Amino acid sequence: MKFQQIDQFAAELRADTRAAVYDGSKKGHEKRTKLLFDEYPDPNRLRVLAGQVKQHVIENLDTYLPAVEAKLKANGVIVHWAATADAANETVLKIMRARGATKMVKAKTMVSEETELAHFLEKHGMEALETDLGEFIVQIDHDHPSHIVKPIIHKNRREIATSFEKNGLGAYNDDPQTITRRARQFLRHKYLEADVGLTGGNFISAESGRLVLVTNEGNSRFCLAATKCHIAMVGIEKIVPRDRDLALLLNLLARSGTAQDLTVYTEFISGPKSATQPDGPEEMHVILVDNGRTEVLASDCRDILRCIRCGACLNVCPVYRQASGHAYRSVYPGPVGAVLSPLLMGDRFKEKADLPKASSLCGACQEVCPVNIPIPDLLLRLRDKGKQEGLSSPGTPPMGAWALLASQPLAWKASLIGGRLMNYLPTKLVPVPALRAWEAKRTLPPWRGGEFRKWLHNRPPKT
Amino acid sequence: MSDDREAILGRVRSALAPLTERAALPAYDTEIAVLRQLLANRDPLAVFADRLRGVNGTALTDIPALVKQLREGKWLHGYCDPALWPRLAPHFGPEFEVETVYDRTRVDDYAFGITRAAGGIAELGTVILKDRSTSHRLAALTPWVHVAVFSRAELFVDLPQAIAALGDDPNIIWCTGPSKTADVEGILIEGVHGPGVQIALVLD
Repeated sequence: MKFQQIDQFAAELRADTRAAVYDGSKKGHEKRTKLLFDEYPDPNRLRVLAGQVKQHVIENLDTYLPAVEAKLKANGVIVHWAATADAANETVLKIMRARGATKMVKAKTMVSEETELAHFLEKHGMEALETDLGEFIVQIDHDHPSHIVKPIIHKNRREIATSFEKNGLGAYNDDPQTITRRARQFLRHKYLEADVGLTGGNFISAESGRLVLVTNEGNSRFCLAATKCHIAMVGIEKIVPRDRDLALLLNLLARSGTAQDLTVYTEFISGPKSATQPDGPEEMHVILVDNGRTEVLASDCRDILRCIRCGACLNVCPVYRQASGHAYRSVYPGPVGAVLSPLLMGDRFKEKADLPKASSLCGACQEVCPVNIPIPDLLLRLRDKGKQEGLSSPGTPPMGAWALLASQPLAWKASLIGGRLMNYLPTKLVPVPALRAWEAKRTLPPWRGGEFRKWLHNRPPKT
Repeated sequence: MSDDREAILGRVRSALAPLTERAALPAYDTEIAVLRQLLANRDPLAVFADRLRGVNGTALTDIPALVKQLREGKWLHGYCDPALWPRLAPHFGPEFEVETVYDRTRVDDYAFGITRAAGGIAELGTVILKDRSTSHRLAALTPWVHVAVFSRAELFVDLPQAIAALGDDPNIIWCTGPSKTADVEGILIEGVHGPGVQIALVLD
């Protein structure tokens, strides 16, 4: 039996990886929910409101983008536009070359994962070092992140200790505190030697041009305290209308992502360092990156552009918990990734068309989303898109026979009798491979067909 | 690249052209996001101290308490903003070695860094650093202990108030407790790249 790719990956997943992902995401979700409902009488009001704010932005990007550009320029920021991943990477390389820079320290940014910036720079002879602890471990392991905010949720401490040892970061020691101290000691000197600090951007205010960055480890601050040039790669959808909207979004982002009232470091940057400040960038660049976003904007799934990358939908998703992030083969895993990743593929949609199908449509993702994205609805639209494009669904039983039965009352009645016979027949003998595959992990409930018709005929008359 | 600018804006305009109606910006009061119950009828400084403790930081209101804590932690060598040092120096004993010039080539020498903060946020236990009043970004970040000094009058009650007062400083950072990570098996570890101990010294 051949499954679609994501299901196949989940079926072959190592048990300890599955356990690590399951525990990590479940704990994250429970803490988030407790915090929000302990603190606010109705957290859903906040989510709905934040969703409306972001929806307003994406439906008015034609005015907000030039407005943000003007504010950034007025703040002394050099603004670049990048239509594609290549253009974004080339822009970074050009800035570095113009400064004679060879060393970059990087904070965690999802858009640079999309463009594979670190690989690109290394290929061109630049050093590009990840500084977020999880991303650093991913980098020395030549691995991929498997979660938007917890990149190494799939790894245990023994694997990490082994790769530290292999990379000359001390003898094997799997104590998380020791691991963290070693990374601290190694990375602090790297920041101080670096020429350029690269960050993403969680929000940009159209009102003030402020770029807002949130981290817990302090790595983005270190990038911006040690280097003389700041480059920020920011997706074009990251805009908020006013500074005051940050009050709403910052409160929701930290609580949804990591169950904190606020991230440890929340940085508001509106240009190069002040003249009196000895540390930090004298030059600041913002690269506004499209890389498929305008195509998403043109689709009927544009609501996904509200996403603020908190990862709450991953943590709550029963499919993510079982399949792990790597099953999605994308920068964005989980429910948000099941919508965004195939769309960002553009005309190669087909390669990830299986992702929207890996969902029970239970709706938990929308319930936890801090910007209330109707993810189940968007998944259905993408399933439809796949169907319209005639893409096959390996592992999905053909529905043609069902359609035939459902449209012929007599055939339907006959099948009810057949169904009842199945209660007496061992299911192992049923010659339908899809059913047998399904049964390998579950037990088929006893057939109870015809109950609805019985009820319909015998219901008491309307009074 | 200017070609990319036109390409992106062109695609944005054509993507939005079919929309007959565009979502309006909702009217709302940021009060909705404030933990008002936590703040009601309480001294903001007491709330600030509680909230900072909640994220494993410490709020102090007098200099001798700070000196005592530094001594107990055996953090005896550090940096202090030269503008603050005259006021603090009389309380520091001879066992301390305090520099008022930060040297980035010796980051590992400084066990503590005492810098001026622009204020705090009671609702969250946050200290606010602004570029124009912080003597060194690195001195507030690289030592194991960071002491942020501000005055009681500079304490904001809630987050929306602090947002409204961001002003025109090019770089503002809010620090809420010590630097931390839970990347390794979800276990909380403090002191990743920034301070492992965050102290706020709130003076009158």
